[in-house]
Amino acid sequence: MSDSPADYAVDYTTDEMMTIAAARALDDGVVCFVGIGLPSTATNVARRMHAPNAVLIYESGCIGAKPTRLPASIGDGVLAEHADAVIGVPEIFSYWLQAGRVDIGFLGAAQIDRFGNLNTTVIGPYDNPITRLPGAGGAPEIAANAGAIIITLRHSARAFVEKLDFVTSFGHGSGAGDRERLGLRGRGPIAVITDLGILEPDPETKELTLTSLHPGVTVDQVQAATGWQLRIAEHVRETAAPTDDELRVMRELKSA
Amino acid sequence: MSELLELPDAISRHVHDGDVVALEGFTHLIPFAAGHEIIRQGLTNLTLIRLTPDLIYDQMIGAGCASKLIFSWGGNPGVGSLHRMRDAIQDQWPRPLEIEEHSHAGMAERWRAGASGLPFGVLRGYVGTSLAEHTSTIQPITCPFTGEQLTAVPAHNPDVGIIHAQQADREGNVMLWGISGVQKECVLASKRAIVTVEEIVESFQPNVNSVVLPSWVIDAVVVVPGGAHPSYAHGYSERDNAFYTAWDAIGRDRQAFTTWLDELRAGSS
Repeated sequence: MSDSPADYAVDYTTDEMMTIAAARALDDGVVCFVGIGLPSTATNVARRMHAPNAVLIYESGCIGAKPTRLPASIGDGVLAEHADAVIGVPEIFSYWLQAGRVDIGFLGAAQIDRFGNLNTTVIGPYDNPITRLPGAGGAPEIAANAGAIIITLRHSARAFVEKLDFVTSFGHGSGAGDRERLGLRGRGPIAVITDLGILEPDPETKELTLTSLHPGVTVDQVQAATGWQLRIAEHVRETAAPTDDELRVMRELKSA
Repeated sequence: MSELLELPDAISRHVHDGDVVALEGFTHLIPFAAGHEIIRQGLTNLTLIRLTPDLIYDQMIGAGCASKLIFSWGGNPGVGSLHRMRDAIQDQWPRPLEIEEHSHAGMAERWRAGASGLPFGVLRGYVGTSLAEHTSTIQPITCPFTGEQLTAVPAHNPDVGIIHAQQADREGNVMLWGISGVQKECVLASKRAIVTVEEIVESFQPNVNSVVLPSWVIDAVVVVPGGAHPSYAHGYSERDNAFYTAWDAIGRDRQAFTTWLDELRAGSS
């Protein structure tokens, strides 16, 4: 564990560390496009901690959602009840996302490659799948049109692969300059937050680079859970452990 | 003008084998009762359109109603996979299912184009993804004014659009509120429209995000209290999250599903 002051917790799970790290990545006032699950937990923790003015947008049409408990589905009524506005799905994607009014989009994936491209569609050949996954949802246009993307998923060699079976959402393509060539307006992935650490694209090449290890995790562990030769930053930070406050807020939210 | 009908009559009169059909509702207000009536009537060879197939299309696909699915996110929200849809795609059970796969943004534009009477919608989307390689209804288009490369998707204009709403009035106008998805576009884009409602009221009271659809764009209004269960109707019912969770085990197993289906078909409601 880290040599942290007494208010850093010692008893937490790796998933809780991942959620807290994602919550910390949100600045106050940011306009955030949120999916159900970990992104929703993380953004709602952030809103209750350091980012009370964060604007949460859910693709079901809720702008400025302030859920009193975690939504069980993307169209949970609790998202509509306290929202600033509730609008139709075509407007969410055109007037708000496509027009450039979203700062940060949160995405998960079944597979990710070294340039932050994502697969949520199929494992194996498209026409003869080994595993058929749910598909795109809002992700391709969130990845294209949000100001920047934060990706969260658990680290494993099955998920962090050399080559995707299907590109559902475009990250940095095959490296620097690809997004500009395709005319994509957002900056693309700026961080991948996992249960082991944090990867960020190299400023020159856009290849994902390990920049932070969660407390107690080693570089070897992360490499073993990554299906390609992972780039390691010259100075790898240690992620601060969750504080007691962060854990309390997150656990209260999850049990509400 | 809309006509007040019983559910079996509304379905038998307006939905036919081989039709292109959309039952819309984004997690909220999903017209389950209408979908179940389609299953009971044994309608088949349908092309089904929905952003999120959800349990309703998982059930209709498992029952053999569909030959094609046009969709953008096929999971059990908050739970996991749609196993009947997966079984049809991967193992052709109970019959092969052709898929036409989009993103939510693309599907939303297809609905808006359909409601607008335009042949296609346009968006900044799909660029750099594998979707365009596998879906012929995703095509590049150049803006004639700026030269920008954009993406065109064809309008949705199904034979029948079906939605669930909270209320109709005596004249057959319909009002829904809360999370409203693409239901307005679905009704306006469809050749025929059926709306199931929780109740008929004397007059509408304005509500959060009220959407009113006039009687003359609707063909049939059907009173079906609880017709969105296990999804919900804001102001009338809560989402039955326990059923969505329980569906995982039912949908996962062909035998368990068949038992569920037999019970549905035997039911008279």
